[in-house]
Amino acid sequence: MVISFICGLLFGIGLIISGMADPAKVLGFLDLAGRWDPSLIFVMGGAILIGFLAFSYVGRRKTTLLGKAVKLPAATRIDRRLVLGSVLFGAGWGLAGLCPGPALVALGMGLPKALCFVAAMLAGMGLFELIERRRGG
Amino acid sequence: MNIDYLHFTPWPAFAGGVLIGLAAAILILVNGRIAGISGIIGGLLRPIRGDVAWRLAFIAGMIFAPAIFGIFYVLPESRVDASWGILMAAGLLVGVGTRYGSGCTSGHGICGISRLSPRSIVATVIFMAVGFITVYLLRHL
Repeated sequence: MVISFICGLLFGIGLIISGMADPAKVLGFLDLAGRWDPSLIFVMGGAILIGFLAFSYVGRRKTTLLGKAVKLPAATRIDRRLVLGSVLFGAGWGLAGLCPGPALVALGMGLPKALCFVAAMLAGMGLFELIERRRGG
Repeated sequence: MNIDYLHFTPWPAFAGGVLIGLAAAILILVNGRIAGISGIIGGLLRPIRGDVAWRLAFIAGMIFAPAIFGIFYVLPESRVDASWGILMAAGLLVGVGTRYGSGCTSGHGICGISRLSPRSIVATVIFMAVGFITVYLLRHL
């Protein structure tokens, strides 16, 4: 649990330093036709560089450093859910410049609008659960 | 293409990215979990015994990040321009979309691409393309 807290903290501080906790900056990246701010590519580049090293280690060993089982996603099929879900997510991301991680950090900054976004996001996730349960998932 | 050199910050962006990558690396190497924020939050809505505490701890770390960062440095400005109505629509879309698509910018965009997962690469290309289109429609039409 301590490790999880520290990881969340590091993740959040990374978002702050990179500028990604600022929706205006994220929208600057998504606005290709306007004055374009490519910073987000560098954030992903830095993160994937480190992530690649960690995940290739885990991929070979299939366990954590302490020998515990690793939980990796089992799905491999590119199906309609993946595609449609990503379309909806992209539309929401483009509307406000917020995705789940930066929204939590902006919430921690005490921004009332971040609270509104997070509440709506939780409602959306709850709606998904309701639909899934009704369908017997 | 017209690059906004005034706001373009490659080095802080890269450094912040490395920190995000480090957080994802520690979480998978020590806890064996993927640092996908939508999945970490979403898992709380279908709670499984023994699988709740680490999620809450991670989310708490993210929410406390600005306060702890603020002890040592001045917090950069964070501006939400979208109206309340748009924010509610955006939040709903992000909530439903990330759960159906099994991930967001962190789970697919960072962890998934780091694992070279074809599903995550496809998801990232799609949500980024739709993000570009949405902003184009909002700002240039």
